[in-house]
Formats: sequence, C-alpha cells, structure tokens
Amino acid sequence: MAILDNDGNRILAKYYDKNVFATAKEQKAFEKNLFNKTHRANAEIIMLDGLTCVYRSNVDLFFYVMGSSHENELILMSVLNCLYDAVSQILRKNVEKRVVLENLDIVMLAMDEICDGGIVMEADSSALVQRVALRTDDIPLGEQTVAQV
Amino acid sequence: MSAFRRDKKEEEEGSGNPFQNIEKTTVLQETRTFNDTPVNPRKCTHILTKILYLLNQGEQLSTTEATEAFFAMTKLFQSRDVILRRMVYLGIKELSAIAEDLIIVTSSLTKDMTGKEDLYRAAAIRALCSITDVTTLQGIERYMKQAIVDRNSAVSSAALVSSLHLTKIAGDVVKRWVNEVQEAVNSDSVMVQYHALGVLYHIRKSDRLAVNKLVAKLSHMSLKSPYAVCMLIRIACKLLEDEDSSGGGSSDSPLFEFIESCLRHKSEMVIYEAAHAIVNLRRTTSRELAPAVSVLQLFCSSPKPTLRFAAVRTLNKVAMSHPEAVTACNLDLENLITDSNRSVATLAITTLLKTGAESSVDRLMKQIASFVSEISDEFKIVVVQAIRALCLKFPRKHSVLMNFLSAMLRDEGGLEYKASIADTIITIIEENPEAKETGLAHLCEFIEDCEHTSLAVRILHLLGKEGPRTKQPSRYIRFIYNRVILENAPVRAAAVAAMAQFGAACPDLLPNIQVLLARCQMDTDDEVRDRATYYYSILETQDKPLANHYIVEGLQVSIPSLERALHQYTMNPTDVPFDMKCVPLAAVPSEEIVNPSAKGGQADGMLISAASSGSKVLAVAATVSREESYAEKLRSVPELVAFGPLFRSSEPVELTESETEYVVRCIKHSFPQHLVLQFDCVNTLSDQLLENVRVEVETPTGYQLVQEIPCPRLSYSETGTAYLVFQFPEELGATVGTFNATLKFLVKDCDPATGLPDSDEGYDDEYMLEDFEVTLGDQIQKVTKANFGAAWEEAGATHCELADTYSLSNMGTLEEAVKNIISFLGMQPVERSDRIPEGKSSHTLLLAGVFRGGYEILVQVKLALAAAVTMQLTVRSTNPEVAELVTSAVG
Repeated sequence: MAILDNDGNRILAKYYDKNVFATAKEQKAFEKNLFNKTHRANAEIIMLDGLTCVYRSNVDLFFYVMGSSHENELILMSVLNCLYDAVSQILRKNVEKRVVLENLDIVMLAMDEICDGGIVMEADSSALVQRVALRTDDIPLGEQTVAQV
Repeated sequence: MSAFRRDKKEEEEGSGNPFQNIEKTTVLQETRTFNDTPVNPRKCTHILTKILYLLNQGEQLSTTEATEAFFAMTKLFQSRDVILRRMVYLGIKELSAIAEDLIIVTSSLTKDMTGKEDLYRAAAIRALCSITDVTTLQGIERYMKQAIVDRNSAVSSAALVSSLHLTKIAGDVVKRWVNEVQEAVNSDSVMVQYHALGVLYHIRKSDRLAVNKLVAKLSHMSLKSPYAVCMLIRIACKLLEDEDSSGGGSSDSPLFEFIESCLRHKSEMVIYEAAHAIVNLRRTTSRELAPAVSVLQLFCSSPKPTLRFAAVRTLNKVAMSHPEAVTACNLDLENLITDSNRSVATLAITTLLKTGAESSVDRLMKQIASFVSEISDEFKIVVVQAIRALCLKFPRKHSVLMNFLSAMLRDEGGLEYKASIADTIITIIEENPEAKETGLAHLCEFIEDCEHTSLAVRILHLLGKEGPRTKQPSRYIRFIYNRVILENAPVRAAAVAAMAQFGAACPDLLPNIQVLLARCQMDTDDEVRDRATYYYSILETQDKPLANHYIVEGLQVSIPSLERALHQYTMNPTDVPFDMKCVPLAAVPSEEIVNPSAKGGQADGMLISAASSGSKVLAVAATVSREESYAEKLRSVPELVAFGPLFRSSEPVELTESETEYVVRCIKHSFPQHLVLQFDCVNTLSDQLLENVRVEVETPTGYQLVQEIPCPRLSYSETGTAYLVFQFPEELGATVGTFNATLKFLVKDCDPATGLPDSDEGYDDEYMLEDFEVTLGDQIQKVTKANFGAAWEEAGATHCELADTYSLSNMGTLEEAVKNIISFLGMQPVERSDRIPEGKSSHTLLLAGVFRGGYEILVQVKLALAAAVTMQLTVRSTNPEVAELVTSAVG
C-alpha cells in the first residue's frame, strides 16, 4: 500500500510481505518504476514485477494498492477505494499533498486500521474514519466551517 | 495550541513538505519532550509522527536508538489523549522489530486492552500481540479469549487477526482458542466473520477432514461477508485439488457445486473469485467452464477497468487450455482491443490470438505493434507467449510473426523479456524447418548487440548446432567471429565452441575455421585459449570419428559426478590414467523439465578444463538428475559402496494402493553387475511401531540374492528404506523378469500420542505387495546423439547388427507405437524423431542408449501404418548379446 506524490516520491508506504522488496532501496525503486508507468495513463490497474497494482490519483497524490498476481483484483480494488475514501473523509475532501502531510498522523492510523500484516482489517471507509477518531473539536472555527460546507 | 498549529502551517506554506528537512538525530533529541509533565499531546504527536515518517522513508535506527526512543515513548502512556495514545501503539509496533526490552509495556497494554475505552482496546490488542512471544502469551491468553468473542466488532477483529499472526510463533496456544473462534464465525459483523474463518482454517489446515467439514457447514450457512465467501472458495478449491491429486473426486462433488453456486452471488467480488477458481482448477472440463466464462463475458463490458482487466486476464488463462470455450466471447474481446487501459487491450488481443482464426492474425498483429512500446515487460512476455502459440498453430504465418519478434528483439527490454523472445524464436526454428534460415538470421543480428551474456551464449550454442546444417553455413561464421573480437570471455568461449562445430561438420569451411581458431589461441582469457587449442588440435587430425566424438557429441556424463570422480582421483596419486567410463552417464532430462539454458551449459562442459562461466554453474544446478540424488543416498549406505557407480535408477513404482496401512514404493537401481531394489516404506498406522522391516522377493531364475539390508525401525508416518541386492544373471536374456514381493516385519503396538511401544513383545506379520518387473529399460541409460547419421554409419563398421520385423497389431496409430517403443526400451529419441509430422503413414524413429556395463546401443525403427503398425527394428551395438536382448525383448 503506498501514497506517492506527483514526483513519484514516497509519502507513506507499507509493505507487508518480507519476501517482496525486502529493503527500502528495492521498495523505492519499485515505486519509481510504478509511478513512471502509471502517472500518465489513468487506467486504474497495471501489472508490474509480478504484482497486480490498482491505483487512483487526485491532484498531486497517487494511491496504490499492490497484491500478488494471484490475488482477486476486486478485493484489491475494494481496499484501494476504502483507503481513498477514508483519506478523503479525514481530509474533508481536500485530497492534496499539503493537507495529507498536515494530518499525517491520522492518515497513518487509517492505513494501520485498513490492513494489519497483510490482512484486510476493514474495508468500509466510514467505519474506519470512526475508528481513527478524528477530532473535529479543535480545528480552528473558521477553517472548520469552510471545510465542512 | 491553535497558535502552534498556525505557526506550523505558515512554515509549511514556504517549504512545501514539513517533513522534508528533518534529521534522525534531531528528532531523537526531541523525544526528550516526552518526559515533560504534564504531557503536551499536540507536540508529542507531532514528534511521534516525525519518527514514524522517518522509519517509513526507510531510515534505519540502531538498536540503542530505537530502544531509547521506545522508552521515551512509554512515558506517553500518562496522557489520555486518544490520538496520541494510538500513535504510541503504532510506534510500538514499528519499533518492535528493532528495539529491545519491549516486554515492559505489556502491563500498560493489557490494561488498555481490558479497559473501557473501545477506541483503545482494538489497537492495544494488535500492538500487544506484535510484541509478545510464546512465554508472555500465556499471561494474556485469558484476555485474548475474551476479546475474540467481544461484542465490539473492531475488538474482535483485532483479536482474530492478531491470533492469525500468532499462529506463526505459537500455533499450539492459538489452537486452544478454537471454541471462541467458532463462536466468532457466527458474528453479525462482516469483517469478524471473515477473520474468524481465516483463523479457523489455519488452526485446522493440517486436518483435511476437519476442513472438509468446515467448508460443508459454512457453504450452507450463506456467509454475509463477501471476503469470507472468497476465502471459503479458496479453501474449497484447495480441497478439490488435494482430492484430485489423491485420485478421487468427481465433478459433482458438493464442493464444486458450492463454487458454482457462488457464480450467482450478488457481490461481484465473489462472482469473480468463483469464476477464477473454476478456471484455475486443473481438471475443469469445458462443460464446467461454460457458466464461469459467461459470467466473465458480462464483466468484459463493465464500465470499471479493474473488472474488465480481471475478466480478460482470466479469459486469457482459459484460452490457453480451452480455446474453444472462449470463442463465444470473441465479440466482446474485439471491443476491448481499443480499450484505454493498455493492459486490458493487450490481454484482449493475446486472447484473441489464441482463439482466433488464421485470417485475423495479420490485423491483430498490426494492432499490437501500434502500442507494444507502451506496455510493461510483463505484458510483452504475455504477447510473446501468445505469438509462440500462434506460430505452432499456424506455421504458414511464420514470416509475419518472425518479423514482429525481431522488431521486438531490437527494442529496449529486460533479460527475462529478451530471453522469452529468443526462446520463442528457437522453438519456431526447431518446429518449423521453413523458418529456420530467417530465424537464425534474426538471432545473429540480435547477438550483434546483446548485453546479456547468458542469452548470447545460448544463441551461439544454437548457431553451432543448427548453422552447419543450413544451405549456406559460411554466412554465420562472420557473426560468430565478430563475437570473438568484441565480447567478454564467456561469450568468446561459446563462440569458439560454435565455430568448432562448423569446422567439424563442414569440411569445405575447415581451412578457414582453422585460421580463425589459430587466432583465438592468442586470446587473453585462459578458457578461450584452452578451447581454441583443444578444437584446433582435434580438427587438425582430420579424423572424422574423432571430431564427431569430441566436438559434435559433447560430454555425456553427469557433471557433478564427474567432478566428484576427478576429485577422488586427484586425492589418491596413482599411475593409472583416469577412466571416463567409471563416471555415471547423465540422464537426458525429459522434454518438459529441460531448461534451455542448461542445454547451452551442457555443451560447454565438453571442455577438459573446468571453467566457471556463469552459464555452467546454472547447468550444473539444473542437471543434478534423479540418479544424482539417489546416488548420493546410496553412497551413504556402506554395504552398497562396493558395487561400483550407480548406472541408472528407475522411476518409483508403487507396490501398494496409496491409502493402505503401509505404503511401499520400489526404485530399481542398476549397477554394472548388480541390481539394487530400494523399498521406501511408510507406516500410516499411528498405533503401530514396526521393526526389522524387510521385503522378501521370489527371485526369477538366474538372479542371486547377494545382500539384504532391512530397515531397523519404522514409526508412524516416517519413511524407512530397506534394500535388496541381487547379482544380475550371466545370461542377459534372463535379466528381464517378474518379481513377487512380500513385506515382512515385526509389529509392536504403541501409544499413538507418544509413539512409545506398550510392551517389548511384538509379533511377526506380513503384507502382500504387488508384483513388479525388471525390464530392459531399467538397464539402459538414455544418451543423446547430436548427429545420429554419423554415429550410425560409424557403428555400421564397428558394431554388430541385428534386424527383425514385427507387426504391432494392438496399436492403431504411429504416435502410440512410438510412445510405447520409447517407454519400453527406455532409450532416448534423437534428432526429434519422436515427433511425427501430421498425415504421414510411415516414420523412422531413431534411438540411442547405453546398456549397463557401457555397451552402446543405437536403434533405428522404421514404422509403417497400414491396417496395423508394422515395424522394422535394426539394432547396432558393441555387444552382440545386448543387441540380441533388445530384439528379443521387443518381440
């Protein structure tokens, strides 16, 4: 599972299988490769290095979910949708790099809740958001109203 | 607090990424803030985020650094801030791999896990389980059990997933939770159901019957969670496969019915999983495929790219095994060719290539060519494979396809991709003589700038083999010699070997080759020089048989045993020259498992100096044959060492049904003068201990029992081995015969749990085994002859010849006859003479082998098909007795 920015750099990424891309260097190389293949064509799914990758992009962010080539593509897709929707709800629809970085803590928690050691934990984005316990109360008043309109 | 946040934001506006310039040391310094009282949650969360971000970017922490950060983190348990607490859990999990002394947070986590705050509990369980080991797990076992059946679905899920991870380190403990997990399967929450099923399966997976029951029960229950259903389908498939491999299983088994019923599920995910499963089952028939294919057809027109991709990918797979089943979807696939997702389009085209008619090939190829540069290597390989299948199907189209392949060869691409193209061209060359010249020309062009040494070596080897037989061998010499000038040492060596092949096979080119080889003797690399000198001197003798033996045929012994024999030879200084005959012959690997790169490597092995080019290492690894592994095993039995090197081992023969109390398999090992029967016995009764297990055999006349090695002890589910050693009869005709065997042993009843016998007394028992035969094939080792014609001519002068004519009345086709003859004689078909061109009514089969004791056998079988198959068999062998045996055995 990975979130990359519009230059193909990693914002957050998590690999659950130690046998695939064991070192950070391999992971980054793979991400770069993946990004180069995907950033132009908006095609949702691709096979790369024996992995099935589904992806989705918004403004300056790319969301990826990778799985073995035997994996059910639709399950990967449901995970991706959950990731995207959850992030989008957490950030109140401002899915941009800057906002993600501001709320990196919550996004980390969300990713942790979606998947634990490679097993899908939750695929329903609203239940997920509820679980990461977003605090609405301490957002400055002005921003809150603008964002929530 | 909000001021702090705003400040931060202003900073960020400038820099873009607030985490861009952080450093490990500063962040670790900042962890001191964690010690402040009261804890400032905002600030600490931010610092913690920084640490996690660093770890995520691949920064490495040392053990001390991690442990320090970890201890600082433990202070944060004082705060009651939800997010901070959650981040602490996350931190613990991340650091659990590197830091030490994690155990100290166990009590804090246990408190959170059993506390009131639901938001903590789930995460606390997961964090706790990531740091526990077998010993601490005992302490929290009670809480885990409670958590599994907790009403809150998040808590229950977390507990279940954690137990799943724990099965890896403490499977036994998790097994005790089975009742709780069972209850969780019935939960209302979809995810809990899924996770519980996962755990349950893992607990029971070693027990096939229990899994069977589980699936049977749940398939009637109609699970709510689509994930759980998918999981169930996978388990069912696995069971079906197991059933198949053990022989039983029919198409209308309840398991299959269940999978089929899932095709009508309301979730797309489940429908796809079921269709995918049916397609992937090995034994699926076209009738069973039909519903799955029609579902996939519907998916093809879905607006979602993922769904289309999944469907086409699966259809592509179907097309490989059952092309006719996919024909119905051709129209839908045509529409997908222009799909915006290149992956979907490629898969659609390749599927169509597999199912389509000859006429559409040109059009489809044009389509692919338009976007082949845009797709990833994986897909290019898929395309190449499709083309390969196509070439075999429509040999007449080879020129179009070959051009396309060569264009692809010229493009950028990784080794795997290039190798698959080269493979395809090689297959086409081998299958289709018309394409040979163009194919070789393309390959020559390719090696002109090929950066992959292994590929270049392979192609050079192929050129050496095929080149001399073309109409104009001289044109290839230039390509090969260019390699000698321009490439690295392994390629140069291969090029030298290839040139020598030309020299040996084309007398008119010999003078030129000699000049080139002489030049190669100046090479800087030892291996290249050695080869050049070696070939040069052989070719200089102008001795045809010699050249045939040492250049064209290559070395036929197995390389690892040669190595071992040479090593032994050098250990004991003697005056006797090394005898090649005592090295066991390499078995010719059967067509399916033959590794093309091994082929190239084997030829390299003909050099006397042991070079270590990369391809050779590969070859050695790939050709460690069945004989090798058995020879290794037999060497470990001291009684058997005296009989000399192992000559040939047969495939294991089952002497019992696979589901009986004792399972016995027999492997026949031929030594130069002796026959060793190896009986592998498995005891499947958990309440019996067998001792002194031996096999008694009624010997056919002529055989003499030399030695008997019983298996002293055979406990439950263990494999033990007993040996019988016979001397082969003097008269070769008597070596073929039937053995009736009985298994004899001493039974001691024992406790199934501990395996210890109840008493010291046992009773003798015996068990009838099926009869088995020692055939001619068991005594013949397969060898290849690269140039059968020359070897046959040569044998005509030196060997004795026997010929006979037979009528094979029980065989209806030539294919059947050829297959039977090969398996009966146990010899190697050479020059691809085992493949019969379609529509021919006569065929010549060429076989080569070596009889135990090192007698060479060459067999030419002329077959003609009339009402029945008539066969004329000509045997040439160095030993008249062997030749007689072969002819008489066939009759």
